[in-house]
Amino acid sequence: MAKIELHNIAHSYLSNPKNESDYALKRIQYEWEDGGAYALLGPSGCGKTTLLNIISGLLIPSEGQVLYNGREVTALPPDKRNIAQVFQFPVLYDTMSVFDNLAFPLRNRGVRETDVRIRVLEVAEILDLTPFLQKKAAGLTADAKQKISLGRGLVRSDVAAILFDEPLTVIDPHLKWHLRRKLKEIHDQLRLTLIYVTHDQVEAMTFAEKVMVMYEGELVQIGTPQDLFETPQHKFVGYFIGSPGMNFLECTLHGNIARVNGTEIQLEEKTAALGGNAKGKLELGIRPMYLEVHDKAVAGGIPVTIKTIEDQGSFRIITLLLADTILRAKLPEDKPIPDKHAWVRFPPEKTRLFAGARLIR
Amino acid sequence: MEKWESNKAWFLVLPVFVIVAFSAIIPLMTVVNYSVQDIFGPGQRIFVGTEFFKSVLSDSRLHEALWRQFIFSGLVLLIEIPLGVLIALAMPKKGGWVSVNLVTLALPLLIPWNVIGTIWIIFTRPDIGLFGAAINGLGVAFDHTAKPLDAWITVMLMEIWHWTPLVVLLAYAGLRSIPEAYYQAAKIDGASAWAIFRYIQLPKMRGVLTIAVLLRFMDSFLIYAEPFVLTGGGPGNSTTFLSIYLVKIAVGQFDLGPAAAFSIIYFLIILLFSFLFYQALQNVGKGEKV
Repeated sequence: MAKIELHNIAHSYLSNPKNESDYALKRIQYEWEDGGAYALLGPSGCGKTTLLNIISGLLIPSEGQVLYNGREVTALPPDKRNIAQVFQFPVLYDTMSVFDNLAFPLRNRGVRETDVRIRVLEVAEILDLTPFLQKKAAGLTADAKQKISLGRGLVRSDVAAILFDEPLTVIDPHLKWHLRRKLKEIHDQLRLTLIYVTHDQVEAMTFAEKVMVMYEGELVQIGTPQDLFETPQHKFVGYFIGSPGMNFLECTLHGNIARVNGTEIQLEEKTAALGGNAKGKLELGIRPMYLEVHDKAVAGGIPVTIKTIEDQGSFRIITLLLADTILRAKLPEDKPIPDKHAWVRFPPEKTRLFAGARLIR
Repeated sequence: MEKWESNKAWFLVLPVFVIVAFSAIIPLMTVVNYSVQDIFGPGQRIFVGTEFFKSVLSDSRLHEALWRQFIFSGLVLLIEIPLGVLIALAMPKKGGWVSVNLVTLALPLLIPWNVIGTIWIIFTRPDIGLFGAAINGLGVAFDHTAKPLDAWITVMLMEIWHWTPLVVLLAYAGLRSIPEAYYQAAKIDGASAWAIFRYIQLPKMRGVLTIAVLLRFMDSFLIYAEPFVLTGGGPGNSTTFLSIYLVKIAVGQFDLGPAAAFSIIYFLIILLFSFLFYQALQNVGKGEKV
């Protein structure tokens, strides 16, 4: 099986990268445990696909090493690694039947035809493709096609990890859920290492045990969906995870008090202590769902003006103005909302402090 | 809302009818008109029915020209399509050389057809032509004005030089439109270069290759200017293709009736074969396989 390690991986698509910004990937160091389900989450152009292609061997990194189970594979082509990849758009051999499509990777490797048959039938059963085996692959629906792409990875008994590059982009919404569940099932059944690239946080959160957030060529945080939500390591994670994203307010620190536009916000003692030594611009961050909105003055409450209220069904999103800073709060739909003026409170245990865009811990 | 009905919609399609009538139907009907009547002069005409068709169909020189034409078009397709695909596969995928290649390849397509014939006359002249003199200098007595085989070789070479680039351009466009993911997936699946060609590139090129086959078949079947300039249909009748023979009847002998009948038959042959090629290429690899 495969434990995948990346050592100091950096990649630039230019032949002579001059400075930091020429790199699509900057110093990635990580170890994927065998049998884990990981999601690689980030906006378009952050380097997710580059990283994936380096792991699969479609791309040779400018710097650093890739190790499978401690064996260096950096320069090995994809077919020499125990890996399969599923792409954004289903890749099929149009002229072949579904059976031949699934058998293709095995036949290329010179597997005996009787063994090919056994493997293909097995995998077709797992993926619910058995009724289509004799059909031409070209005429099937997008989700069936994507299952075939996945199947070509699963048939190989040597495959230890499967990489997915936004595999649900072309799938209808109601089938996405179904396919995602299928992937989870396969993961539970076969315990393969799965690395799943996506820019959809819901997809990442539901699929993975560990989510890795990428931003501008860096892995800014690796953690459980819970970690990402509660303690984002980087402002970007705060923005990107959760809807709406985290609120950020520029502040100055005075003991345990953070001062924002002349108003004072109480912080936890340990947070404030660390913040005293931090370099870079200081900012407070709080999730909209943790921001308390009151209709009258409370201890530690700060007066704000309500700008808009958006009804989202089971909850409401309120846009507030604290001096000239915009804040968003997420309230359950049954909670009454004051008309124009309200008081917000920042619960100290949920209020995070960032210095130079990074979380202070 | 009340349904509004009127025949005014016909006016909207009228322009198309007029254009098609003038561009195709009327000229074709004049040819039909000539093919069934013997015309001696203004006002003097005799209806002859299918007589011209019968005489044309039993003309042994036309049979020869027709066979020649089929062999020629067959060779053209057999050589130009695979050669075009091979060259397209060998071309660089990106970088500055792509445009250099494309422009160089497109040059023969930009030259007027009778100029092509003239170029090849000079190129293959045994006394001063670069090709003709060189090959004669090597001890091969090459002369397309005297030997039928040499004339055929020259016409074929000219045709391949002239039109293979079109196949290359089409095939190259087809290859470039294949998404990179297909090649990446094939790499991961451990496919050989041949398997990539057979299962990815060739199927993805089917559309453009259908067009290439049709265009090359039609154009080569209609070939006139280049062999007319180069060999004039000779030596003897050895390179007299259908068009050349047709012009000989129509202009040389001024037999407009048989020439018109001949034209219609010619047109129907092209139509039939284009249809057959199209059907065959559309259906290739479509059947459900077990």
